[in-house]
Amino acid sequence: MSELKNLIELRNISMSFDGETVLDDLNLSIKDGEFVTFLGASGCGKTTTLRIIAGFIDPIQGDVFFDGERINGVPPHKRNVNTIFQRYALFPHLNVYENVAFGLRVAKVPKEELHERVMEMIAMVNLKGLEHRKVDKLSGGQQQRVAIARAIVNRPKVLLLDEPLAALDYKLRKDMQNELKRIQRQLGITFIFVTHDQEEALSMSDTVVVMNEGKIQQIGSPTDIYNEPINAFVADFIGESNIIAGTMVRDYLVRMDGRNFTCLDHGFGENEPVDVVIRPEDVDIVPLDRGMLEGEVTSVIFKGVHYEMIIDVCGFKWMVQTTDVQEVGDKVGLYIEPDAIHIMKKSKYSDMFGDYSTYSDEMEEALAGEEEEEQA
Amino acid sequence: MKHVNRLIMALVYIFLYAPLLVMVIFSFSGGNHTSVFQVVEGRPFYYWYEQLFREGNPLLRCLWNSIQLGIVSALIATVLGTVAAVGIYRMKNRRLSSSMMMVNNIPMMNPEIVTGVSMMLLFMFVGVMLGVSGEKTNFWTLLIAHVTFSTPYVLLNVLPKLRQTDPHLLEAAQDLGCTPTKAFFKVVIPQIRPGIVAGFLMAFTLSFDDFVISYYTTGSSFKTLPVYIYNMVRKPVTPEIYALYSIILAGILVLLIVYNVVSAKTPAAGKKR
Amino acid sequence: MKTAKPGWGNRLLNAPYILWAAIFIIVPLIMVAVYAFTETANVFCLEARYKGQTYSYEIEMYSGKILKGDPGSFTLDPEMEGNVNMDYAKDMVAKCLGAERSEVTFTKAKPEYNRVSSFTFANIRTAFSGNYVRAFGQSLWLSVLATLISLVVAYPFAYALSRTSIRSQKIQMLLIMLPMWMNMLIRTYAWTDIIASGGILNKALGFIGLGPFKMLETEGAVVMGMVYNYLPYMILPIYTIMSKIEPSLLEAAEDLGCNGFGKLRRVIMPLSLPGVVSGIIMVFVPSISTFYISYKMSNGKITLIGDLIETQMKNQMTTGGLNVGAALSLLLMVIILICTFILNRVDKDGEGSVMV
Repeated sequence: MSELKNLIELRNISMSFDGETVLDDLNLSIKDGEFVTFLGASGCGKTTTLRIIAGFIDPIQGDVFFDGERINGVPPHKRNVNTIFQRYALFPHLNVYENVAFGLRVAKVPKEELHERVMEMIAMVNLKGLEHRKVDKLSGGQQQRVAIARAIVNRPKVLLLDEPLAALDYKLRKDMQNELKRIQRQLGITFIFVTHDQEEALSMSDTVVVMNEGKIQQIGSPTDIYNEPINAFVADFIGESNIIAGTMVRDYLVRMDGRNFTCLDHGFGENEPVDVVIRPEDVDIVPLDRGMLEGEVTSVIFKGVHYEMIIDVCGFKWMVQTTDVQEVGDKVGLYIEPDAIHIMKKSKYSDMFGDYSTYSDEMEEALAGEEEEEQA
Repeated sequence: MKHVNRLIMALVYIFLYAPLLVMVIFSFSGGNHTSVFQVVEGRPFYYWYEQLFREGNPLLRCLWNSIQLGIVSALIATVLGTVAAVGIYRMKNRRLSSSMMMVNNIPMMNPEIVTGVSMMLLFMFVGVMLGVSGEKTNFWTLLIAHVTFSTPYVLLNVLPKLRQTDPHLLEAAQDLGCTPTKAFFKVVIPQIRPGIVAGFLMAFTLSFDDFVISYYTTGSSFKTLPVYIYNMVRKPVTPEIYALYSIILAGILVLLIVYNVVSAKTPAAGKKR
Repeated sequence: MKTAKPGWGNRLLNAPYILWAAIFIIVPLIMVAVYAFTETANVFCLEARYKGQTYSYEIEMYSGKILKGDPGSFTLDPEMEGNVNMDYAKDMVAKCLGAERSEVTFTKAKPEYNRVSSFTFANIRTAFSGNYVRAFGQSLWLSVLATLISLVVAYPFAYALSRTSIRSQKIQMLLIMLPMWMNMLIRTYAWTDIIASGGILNKALGFIGLGPFKMLETEGAVVMGMVYNYLPYMILPIYTIMSKIEPSLLEAAEDLGCNGFGKLRRVIMPLSLPGVVSGIIMVFVPSISTFYISYKMSNGKITLIGDLIETQMKNQMTTGGLNVGAALSLLLMVIILICTFILNRVDKDGEGSVMV
């Protein structure tokens, strides 16, 4: 990817609403043809960043570059980007065809070309035969397709997608993820996608930008982000993680829970305090005598593909995902391969995440519910 | 309980429609008074309808005046009210917008007679100051008065429609290449059009039917139908006005039926399912 | 969602209506207050030269009251009272000076209309005097009566309406609003034809051997006129709010042990209170301020406050007509303001307690 030029560059962007900082000195470059995802909880500034690129708001500080040109203050209608809005923002007074044709009509594209392009788009998003349907008579998925067609018919260089799948149900969301990915490959244009759903981010993107509190936490490919989170926040936000406070004894050797573990990480100071991340699926349950750590099973939940267990190891609750079922109260051993251990530098997020002692499904759901409300 | 309900409903409708029924029946009376139904020799049942359409009937002139005034004042009120609604909708200063709404409510909450009196005082005062006689300029005083009392209703019809409109629509239109102004006309106006139309119709009806405020702001040169009728019904009245209003009633009925048939024929329009 | 609304020309959008409202809503109300607390007069201003001396006189139009200048031994002929015009005013000045009209030359003689003079409580005092207080009392009494009757009729009507099918509700809404599109003068006038002593109703009653009853020219007729004209204003808000009550709420109430009356008392009534309050205001305000209904339904025998304002305003040429009219309007406005305020308080804090 490195040979591609930067299409969009954000330099030292800061933004605040009513004195409340939303973006704090943000720097980011996006390459031509990339599928970039801004990932973060609501209020992290991802939508604001998107709206700055679209031109709906101007940052109070910093510069936005598009194709090498500074575009601060350029109004949205003069930018070669198009947006798919969270609730689609389809024009209720127009039918499918006219919604898709809207941008071309404004641009005064000749009639025949317009018709051709609109029909091509309608075919591309599989809406043939519904051209004259009122948009409020469409299902959620169909509305989503109209929104996509309406945006890309204008042949933007960049398509901005603001949580476009949030309103769809699970199954449909999966289908649309594939569909969006297909369209992006087909068109070869840059997609900037905003979501709070980490699974969505990992499965669709070339590059994921994890954001929190108006700051970029980590930029990287999905595998980098998942396997080598930069701090406790990212580790916790992307997937499940056990984060244990440890000490780097020397290169390739880390000490936690009173034991030394071999690992693949190096380059830390000797005896430097660190955070150790171990993914729940990387912990093996073994008989007590073969375990590197011992613990007691405190809860077992059947999740379909695997069981999710909480195991108490000297007061620290580990989450373990495994296919071997155990009973609550069983004493078990835990075995961790060296390549399952990932070491992170201490950050302000240390000790905030990664312990499952207060974990319960209800809590998760309650939190998820709150988040959705905020979105709405 | 059901029977009691039915009885109450029937009585209310009889009560509401009795005078209209009397009006229509007596419009076919041949006599010179409205109080008794008479068959007069030499006068066909449509005698008063014939009389109504005689050359130079002041009733017809006043009817035409009322229609003109209604249309002009409703047009001005619609523009003024719509623009104001958009302004209030976009206002960031909460206190200013709520005080504007309060002032907007005054003509609706105040008794009509007080509004009429207050405007009469204003017009007299200004008239004396400018040395203009109210008698000759009363089309303008009426127009101002009618715009003033009907604009609040337009505003109240348009504002909720604006608030229902998805603010992202405006952004979507800009995103697709419209300037803010163009986006407003292409996207927001179609969304609030039902409110604007309803506001216009309401303004017209209010103006057409208004008597109290017109009574205080009128002069002798331009008389609206209700004011003319008021001056007329102080004396014994001929069934002529019954004939006129029977025609108006028929017109309203026809409009209603047409409207309902048309909206029934386009079942898709406007209904969400 | 933080949405930056485009800021173009907001001021420009607001300016026309702010200006309009200021000039044609606010200023007129201020003028009502000003007129209520001042005296205005239409006067002839005269300057007379007589025997080398200049005298200036101000004589009120029509009434002939001498506001400025020495009346001498002059007294106004009662027959001329109310008929004094410029010509007669000049005669008056001559008589005041004890001269012949031909001996006096007028260097200035011009009428001045609506001259606002000093601050006074006189108009308010007038508004609180005998006739006016009686009219206020009667207006209040009759309009309260009309409001209560409307409420008693409209409430069950609105309830029954809200329980019928959607189609029937739509048609009935039209049926209720249709009469309102006809001019109220005509409809009220038609009522007088119905209830007149020789009217249709008495004739019908005569057929079955009753009556005739005197119905027109009674307080009852005036109240009926009010109820007739403003009943839809009571039905509409109550119906609107009742039709929005979720059926599941009623089911929940039933589920929790309410019988039919309990549902009405514990669920429907408290929830419909805001509709009742706006209905009451919408009937009460036009009822208390009406002048046409009372005039027509009583043949001018019952004088309500609206009628008094009307007479005062139309008699603007006599002294203080406008001022007393303004004072009465101001008083009416204050009464209504107080009533609406109390009603709105009921709506906000009462939580339905008044209804039970």
